[in-house]
Amino acid sequence: MSLASERAMPVPAAAAARPAAAPGLAAQARRQRRLAYWQAAPLALVFLAFFAVPLALTLMVSFWEYNEYEIIPSFTLQNYADVFEGCFSGGDLCTTFRTYLSTLKFCLLAWAFTLGIGFTVAYFVAFHVRSSAMQTVLFLLCTIPFWTSNVIRMIAWIPLLGRNGLVNDGLMALGLTRAPIDGLLYSDFAVVLAFVHLNTVFMIVPIFNSMMRIDRSLLEAARDAGASDWQTLWTVIVPLCKPGIAIGSIFVLTLVMGDFVTVGVMGGQQIASVGKVIQVQMSYLQFPAAAANAVVLLGAVTLVIAGLTRLIDLRREL
Amino acid sequence: MRRDGPRSLSFYGLAAFFALFVLFLYGPTLTILVLSFQGPQGGLTFPLNGVSTHWFSRLWAGLGVVDIWAAFRRSVALGLVVMVLTVTLAFFAGLAFRKGFRGQGLLFYTAVASLIVPSIVVSLGIGLEFRLLDEAIKALAAATGWSLLQDHGTVMGLFSSGLGAHLTWTLPFGLLIMFAVFNRFDRAYEEAARDLGADGPRTLVHVVVPIILPSLVGVALFGFTLSWDELARTSQAIGGRNTLPLELQGLTTTVTTPEIYALGTLTTGVSLLVIALAFSTFLWLQKRRARRTLLPGG
Repeated sequence: MSLASERAMPVPAAAAARPAAAPGLAAQARRQRRLAYWQAAPLALVFLAFFAVPLALTLMVSFWEYNEYEIIPSFTLQNYADVFEGCFSGGDLCTTFRTYLSTLKFCLLAWAFTLGIGFTVAYFVAFHVRSSAMQTVLFLLCTIPFWTSNVIRMIAWIPLLGRNGLVNDGLMALGLTRAPIDGLLYSDFAVVLAFVHLNTVFMIVPIFNSMMRIDRSLLEAARDAGASDWQTLWTVIVPLCKPGIAIGSIFVLTLVMGDFVTVGVMGGQQIASVGKVIQVQMSYLQFPAAAANAVVLLGAVTLVIAGLTRLIDLRREL
Repeated sequence: MRRDGPRSLSFYGLAAFFALFVLFLYGPTLTILVLSFQGPQGGLTFPLNGVSTHWFSRLWAGLGVVDIWAAFRRSVALGLVVMVLTVTLAFFAGLAFRKGFRGQGLLFYTAVASLIVPSIVVSLGIGLEFRLLDEAIKALAAATGWSLLQDHGTVMGLFSSGLGAHLTWTLPFGLLIMFAVFNRFDRAYEEAARDLGADGPRTLVHVVVPIILPSLVGVALFGFTLSWDELARTSQAIGGRNTLPLELQGLTTTVTTPEIYALGTLTTGVSLLVIALAFSTFLWLQKRRARRTLLPGG
């Protein structure tokens, strides 16, 4: 940013160069900087009041005690002990580890599919569609569903995957199965399908953005040097798309890790997830327990992001 | 990858893949759109038993105990407020980031964190915050005996905790768009305005805003639609009166008639209407600008 460099410029040097104008310029720069604080303040206040303070309170309450009626200020590690109850005693996996393991499975499946599909779609639009107007249209075609309701897009699978849905009807009409398959809806399969359906857009947008920034002459150079399309893809395009892939991965992984709506609706309220545990504890007013679970979840998410952000500098990507 | 010459074989393979993806993306929603016009005897799946608007009229009359139209109005009102606040706050914050200020890195990463911290955690935090606030007000009322505070219910609500929860989701998107816009913004226009004697506010109103207006329409689109469909962050932070998506999620387990498809068609219709409105405004602005460029001084 050019103003940042102007600010970094030592003022005395400028004053020495143009003594008459300098005080006015310095005053103006100061005014501009003061104005910046006023302009950023409302946004900062919203994040303070509805993000930073709530997270701090969550951490605080996770150490409180509770009974059926109220939550009591205190400092106890009991809520965390409850989260990991039976986890370190050997033998069977505890509930928390089982839940995280199930979430991990969803994460990996959703990540693999959204990455594969998202990359392919972005690659097609960025490199195989020739007119930029068409590129814009196809890109928007991929993003419009993002602006519509997720719950509706989940419900929309019922007429397709249900017992008497189109898929079962089709399979039976083709003679592939004799009885309808029950496990299409309200199952792990349905959950992963919905994750891919809802979240692929989070891969497409950053990867497409990375691809559009690739200097096209690099591709020409690769071809002139004798690289096949595949070689160009693997040795030029994929490495240059790494930031986009990392951003997309962060989105998809964190969305799946904290999810409780998709798992609830598509899993017929039968599949466990960390988000769902928190939601249920909230509904029983066990706030400290829910807060402890939230803190653990936040820790897990932070670990994942810390691993991925080593690859990128987000502000340079915009 | 060539801009000329015949299409390669991989083009057709990828084009087919893309077409299948679009089908996957839109197919299910189109199915419920069709099924919402199910005949009165029809069920949740195909076949269609005739075509009617029966389920829409049932929806119009209300869905049993749930006052769906009150939820509808609440969601529209909240969406509009979120939209206006998102555009305004993100725009001014974008200007501030351009000038640079102490703590800008912290604010930027807070915004990004707000986007990627799991919604249930944000929702829980806001819920807790407002509950603790209620407790504090009650304690204050007991301690002081001020009549004003005596029958305090809750500060949690649509335009307090609910609004805050939505802003933690829409503002990061708004801010990221403003970053992208200002990274591409040519400062020469502002300098020209200043050289011609325009002060700060005038430059903003007559130069900066008109140039980035199409992008602001985009921010508005994000603000309204993301709020209109928001569910996870609102869930623990809304108090007694639900928004439409929350009612809808509740209905998925109780309603077993195509009424829920009719409701789905309706909410998707509102989303699509807003998207269409945003796009046509965007195109109109572009066209108007092109016309004005062609007629100097006109």
